[in-house]
Amino acid sequence: MNRILARKEVCVCAGSGGVGKTTTSAAIAAGMARRGKKVAVLTIDPAKRLANSLGLPELGNEERRVPGDFGDGELWAMMLDAKRTFDELIEWHAPDPETRDAVLGNRIYQELSNAVAGSQEYMAMEKLHELHQEGRYDLLVLDTPPTRNALDFLDAPRRLSTFIDSRSLQLFTMPGRVGLRVLGRGTGVVFSVMKRATGIDLLQDLSEFFRSFGTMSAGFRERAEHVNALLADSRTAFVLVTSPAPDAVTEAEFFHHRLLDQGLPFAGVVVNRMHPLAANSDTALPGSLGDELRRKVLRNLEDYRVLAERDKASLDRLRSILGRKPMITVPELDDDVHDLAGLERMNEYLFGVS
Amino acid sequence: MLVTGKGGVGKTTVAAALGLKAAARGLRTIVCEVAEQERLATLFGQAPDGYRERELGQGLFGISVDPERAKAEWLQYQLKSGTLAGLLGGSRIFQYLTAAAPGLTELVTIGKVWELAQLQRKTPKSAPYDLVIVDAPATGHGMAMLTAPRTFSEVARVGPIHRQAGIIHRFLADPAATGVVTVALPEEMPVNETLDLGRWLQRDMGKGIDRIVVNQVLPERFSSEEAERLEAADSSAAVRAALTEYRRARIQRSQLRRLRRATDAPVSTLPFLFAPDFGPDQLQALARKL
Repeated sequence: MNRILARKEVCVCAGSGGVGKTTTSAAIAAGMARRGKKVAVLTIDPAKRLANSLGLPELGNEERRVPGDFGDGELWAMMLDAKRTFDELIEWHAPDPETRDAVLGNRIYQELSNAVAGSQEYMAMEKLHELHQEGRYDLLVLDTPPTRNALDFLDAPRRLSTFIDSRSLQLFTMPGRVGLRVLGRGTGVVFSVMKRATGIDLLQDLSEFFRSFGTMSAGFRERAEHVNALLADSRTAFVLVTSPAPDAVTEAEFFHHRLLDQGLPFAGVVVNRMHPLAANSDTALPGSLGDELRRKVLRNLEDYRVLAERDKASLDRLRSILGRKPMITVPELDDDVHDLAGLERMNEYLFGVS
Repeated sequence: MLVTGKGGVGKTTVAAALGLKAAARGLRTIVCEVAEQERLATLFGQAPDGYRERELGQGLFGISVDPERAKAEWLQYQLKSGTLAGLLGGSRIFQYLTAAAPGLTELVTIGKVWELAQLQRKTPKSAPYDLVIVDAPATGHGMAMLTAPRTFSEVARVGPIHRQAGIIHRFLADPAATGVVTVALPEEMPVNETLDLGRWLQRDMGKGIDRIVVNQVLPERFSSEEAERLEAADSSAAVRAALTEYRRARIQRSQLRRLRRATDAPVSTLPFLFAPDFGPDQLQALARKL
């Protein structure tokens, strides 16, 4: 991992749910901190898993220093508060206090920023960008939502651009039907049909929202472009996290494909929860166990051999798509990893025994 | 019936097993996938076939809800005219607006689920179902889907969106109409997330979890006395594997106890399957255990 992340400033951990992504992100961050870096780990997961992983009672929208001995390095962690990040952005971009208040007070804005899925992904990208701009950390480690939503997450900057694209906003910022005419014939019909389909009130709120939002669109678009550029930068590393379960491997393959497709810097794979394959010669059992226990022990070993063989087939599948990129395997640990000691145990595998 | 839970706990598997069980009891049942993936068909040994209600077994159907298709259907129903719906759907402004409005995907998706659950289907020439099982997104996004109708109903204040989103919200909030099943693993974080979900459901929907299914529970193979004998024996791969199994099973039991203490919802368990792959046979085995 040290080699993968040498000279990197951003590490994005991606993969499907339940593969230990949050824990892996925290472990990578702790491991790099222990190697003298000042590291911040960000989670955008709706559930407060990272807080658990780091043994912290809660994480706010601000980075918090994780207590512990990291030598010359430092470990910081934060759990993203999407609503607060969104509000901060509005405050930052608004040209004047009136516009700021108009947007923050708009009902559409409040509902969207509060309750709606997807805004979390938008805002994670923003926060990542902000922290990177500030340059206070040597390395930022980003935990991401499960792959099914990872499409959203990779698309977030682009979707944000579309959202605030000034061409669509022009419609709403021009008074009355003049704005509609800009888009050509038929637009009036579209609007009257839309009225029937949605209800006029919604449109009025929307247009009011877009009108005040419109003054900020250029700033937002520029930022979205910067975020895109940061993700594609050679200082960024995408690390795929998976388990050897066949479903998870299929999702990892799918995600790998997408990363390459979008020209994003894929750096390697971490396979968690591996069942090691025991050598055949290593199954001799002392007679002292008695017949019944011996039988149970052998039966258990047989069951685990089935899993180990399944896992090996998964690794072969992954290796065939990886090319020269590294693959790191971490065995299934006896206990859930939920504290710094657990992360350290995991790091024996992620970083190699030092 | 919505099936949700932390990512990777086996929501699709449990949704499919519940579907098998319900169909076997004579309920005409459909299982809906709502993300872009189609894993259900594969579980039943069929090729994925997209946005189509298709038969997976006796009395059991499946569909993968595509939000774009659901949006088009909703427009068509709303306007009662294919031409107008086509005009609107193809309009650049409309595309901008709907792509821009986050949460609309959740709304039309749950709207389609609601439509499947109606006795009077909006989709022409389609038969009603007794039970609709939703393989919902993971906890946070699952909650977003559940609450999307209320959000839209509040934003729209009046008009058709307000009215329909309100109807869908009441259907989802009504404990007699909609149930929530949460899938967990006997591990710390999935248990935490299940408890979080219970609180969010109560706060945002005014209802509780109807059943928690704890998946992949290891057998209790070794007693503590046997574990002591194994500790004392010479170490070998077999002994190490047995002790690992013993420790993991014990941790699982303590998480299961913690879950049971902290929730009012009934808790069922499904066994961990030591199988090289997961297919129709394994699914049947789990359905029998439910």
